[in-house]
Amino acid sequence: MPRLVIDGKTVVAKEGTFLLQAAREAGIDIPTLCEHPAVEPYGGCRMCLVDVTRPEWDGWSKMVVSCLFPVEDGIIVSTKSERVMNTRRVVIDLLLARCPNTPLVQKMAAEYGIEKTSYVQNPEPTDCILCGLCTRVCDEMGTSAISSSSRGAGREIAPPFNEPPPDCIGCLACAEICPTGFIKYETSNSKRVIWNKEFEMLRCPTCGRGHITKAQAAWHDGKVPGRYFEQCDACKRKAQAAMAVTLMGGSQIR
Amino acid sequence: MRIESKQAFEEAVKAATALNEKRTREIMVCCGTGCLANGSQAVADAFAQRIGDLGLDVKLSLHAKTTGCHGFCERGPLVVLKPEGILYTKVKPRDVDEILEKTVGNGEIIPRLLYRNPENRQPIEKYEEIPFYKHQVRVSMRNIGRIDPASLDDALAHGAYAGMARALFELTPEQVIAEVRESGLRGRGGAGFSTARKWDATRKAVGERKFVLCNGDEGDPGAFKDRSIMEGDPHAVIEGMVIGAYAIGAREGYVYVRDEYPLAVHHMNLAIEKAKERGLLGKNILGTGFDFDLKVSRGGGAFVCGESSALMRSIEGKIGEPRAKYIHASDRGLFDLPTALNNVETWSVVGQILNQGGAWFASMGTKKSKGTKSFSLVGKVKNTGLIELPMGTTLRHIIFDIGGGILKNRPFKAVQTGGPSGGCLPADKLDLPVDYEVLSENGSMMGSGGMIVMDDRTCMVDVARYFLNFLIDESCGKCIPCREGLKQMLHIFDDLVEGRGKPGDIERIERLCKGMQLGSLCELGKSAPNPVLSTLQYFRDEYEAHINDKVCPAGMCRELTTYKINHDPCTGCHMCTRVCPTDAISGKPKEKHAIDQQLCISCGSCFDVCPEEQCIVFLPKKDIGGAHATAGN
Ligand SMILES: Cc1cc2nc3c(=O)[nH]c(=O)nc-3n(C[C@H](O)[C@H](O)[C@H](O)COP(=O)(O)O)c2cc1C
Ligand code: SF4
Ligand code: FES
Repeated sequence: MPRLVIDGKTVVAKEGTFLLQAAREAGIDIPTLCEHPAVEPYGGCRMCLVDVTRPEWDGWSKMVVSCLFPVEDGIIVSTKSERVMNTRRVVIDLLLARCPNTPLVQKMAAEYGIEKTSYVQNPEPTDCILCGLCTRVCDEMGTSAISSSSRGAGREIAPPFNEPPPDCIGCLACAEICPTGFIKYETSNSKRVIWNKEFEMLRCPTCGRGHITKAQAAWHDGKVPGRYFEQCDACKRKAQAAMAVTLMGGSQIR
Repeated sequence: MRIESKQAFEEAVKAATALNEKRTREIMVCCGTGCLANGSQAVADAFAQRIGDLGLDVKLSLHAKTTGCHGFCERGPLVVLKPEGILYTKVKPRDVDEILEKTVGNGEIIPRLLYRNPENRQPIEKYEEIPFYKHQVRVSMRNIGRIDPASLDDALAHGAYAGMARALFELTPEQVIAEVRESGLRGRGGAGFSTARKWDATRKAVGERKFVLCNGDEGDPGAFKDRSIMEGDPHAVIEGMVIGAYAIGAREGYVYVRDEYPLAVHHMNLAIEKAKERGLLGKNILGTGFDFDLKVSRGGGAFVCGESSALMRSIEGKIGEPRAKYIHASDRGLFDLPTALNNVETWSVVGQILNQGGAWFASMGTKKSKGTKSFSLVGKVKNTGLIELPMGTTLRHIIFDIGGGILKNRPFKAVQTGGPSGGCLPADKLDLPVDYEVLSENGSMMGSGGMIVMDDRTCMVDVARYFLNFLIDESCGKCIPCREGLKQMLHIFDDLVEGRGKPGDIERIERLCKGMQLGSLCELGKSAPNPVLSTLQYFRDEYEAHINDKVCPAGMCRELTTYKINHDPCTGCHMCTRVCPTDAISGKPKEKHAIDQQLCISCGSCFDVCPEEQCIVFLPKKDIGGAHATAGN
């Protein structure tokens, strides 16, 4: 197992993990904005930059994003070197210019001593930090209904042609993973609206709550056995518990 | 017929050469993209038709063919006549009969069609004597303009596939890599990485399939060397890739061609098809048992698709966006399998290295940069176009001997090399030998060999802004430093050129540059600050003038500059009134003229056409007083 030094602390990491994980497991905090355990690392926000060196490199070091850098035996990592801090400061300052009213961004900027961006503030403030979590989770679902459109400064997250996305099944994975609450939706027992697309809800036969969209149930159809999605999770759990009680005579279940 | 042995290959070359030698007279019409745009296809068709009509092909062993780009597009359509090597420029279909009659029939030169030396207006008859060509050493482009890219026989007669035959028949893969190592070849696509090292790493990597890729995305503004190679000598690319594949152990490859290059796509496809028919590509190449399949992949239409990881994603059918990764493509590239990616020009010299030996290639160039390099010479020089020279040639030689010096003999100010990742070098760097190290040490880059020459009427702040403007549309937008950094950098530069610069701007620029260099995901963002930093390094006073004095010393920033007409030198020639787009200039012919400052938009058109010295001058806008001041008062 690779042994490395992070901020002076010797850490034994699991083979094949990324530096960010290894640092976290050792209790060392590295800021991130585009990382989430549910999806593949992306390397877009650049906040998790760290300095990596080796004794034989004669003082030379390289900057890498820890969310994507595989641990190596013998490396010496500095998560708070001066140039790491300076670079993160530029990055979060730039993001604050784009998202001046977003609490998550404001908070992280404040941690780097920035109350107000030193750049030109976005005349149309947005809460989208372009972390790509929503599109990645949508890809992970296998639906790929939303994606980023346009290059460069005009990049935005949107369904194709800015119309209700044909492939969207209304699962809300994107909205739930979004770290800033930028992705808005409405949901009730009968109807759900996300990305300007309206969905009919499937009601749980037990409790009557609209728990998933019919489109999502149809999409899962055939992929999961039987009518698994008909009942809502809460009722399923209850039913399972009840079954256990019956089977075991209730003695072990409190 | 398929060529299936060493002997068969030699015979095929012999036959092609014999056919070529029978054609004692050749008319070569350039049909590169530049000349085609000027109407060269009609010229080629007219030649073919007239020669057919007159039966000249039989009588005079006359052969007309179309070739790739000579790199001298601004004088096109170009026609070269062999054996003399006469060059005719700007040829029209109506000139065809006269050329056939006078030059082909009677050996008579048509002075009107000759190239004239811009220095002294003297006509020059022979292609080889034109300064633009005379100083060149062509390896990568050796056959461009000489062969018909659609004819495999013509290529064979001019030495194509000889290096490949040597590699496959005589050398082991290790020996091929050793030969390339001896040549000292480094990547021509930008970074200058050792080609042999890349191949060796890919060879040693473990993978059930391996790939070789050719980067023909060529996105730098103004660059067209890779296009010319793919259009004019596609066989050189194929030959190089077969050799590379053999060395690495790859069985599959792709040529990734920029989407805006339809002719290059067509010629590459045609050449691949013909090479396959003859057994030079595909299954059991030259009967050696080595298989290599090559396909053309059309580019994703973005500059960033030329970046290695984005290019591979694009070939995989995904969005061409760079990926952050710490594993080399030689281990996990296309489809996560070992892959060697090289630039078009890099591939195009490999055949020659195998044919003439690594030592021969290494005999040209400097200590660490061997061989020759192509450049797209553009901007304010008299001769613009595509050139190839040994590494280590001085900038002065390139700009003044080959380029013929600065247009209108204005003073040289700077040369931008390396495209959007490169930098600007000032006059005191003109005697530097051009190689990878020297350019980098001086704040610029080899890049893909773009060279933009600038005269004294160039604002260096505006030059940096031009590249930022290019990049802001080309950044993929995935990472914060590049996407937001370019946007903010452009804000600062807009302020500078429009007179809103403030103290501290230079420091803000420098801080942002550092953040982008260290923070960006891919080389696009990491190198985007280079044009800014190099102009700041050599022309800091210009930045300061914009910020502190609200003056553009070059007189190019419109918001800071105005024009006026000095009464004494004005002859009333009326040239300026004709070009002014806003009719701001008043004055009757033969009388003194004046500019109405309220109407003037500071476009400088009048300044550019005025034939008198010191008649129309530019000066800082703030010096002219209120907007009501009239020039000449
Ligand atoms: C934004 C960007 C654009 C690039 N565009 C090109 C290109 O158009 N052609 C090219 O050969 N290399 C381009 N490169 C460099 C490639 O990533 C890669 O280094 C090169 O193709 C390797 O070939 P070489 O070793 O033969 O130079 C680009 C790099 C970046 C960062
Ligand atoms: S540096 Fe620019 S082009 Fe490269 S990944 Fe980041 S945003 Fe995209
Ligand atoms: S968390 Fe590593 S780049 Fe965003």
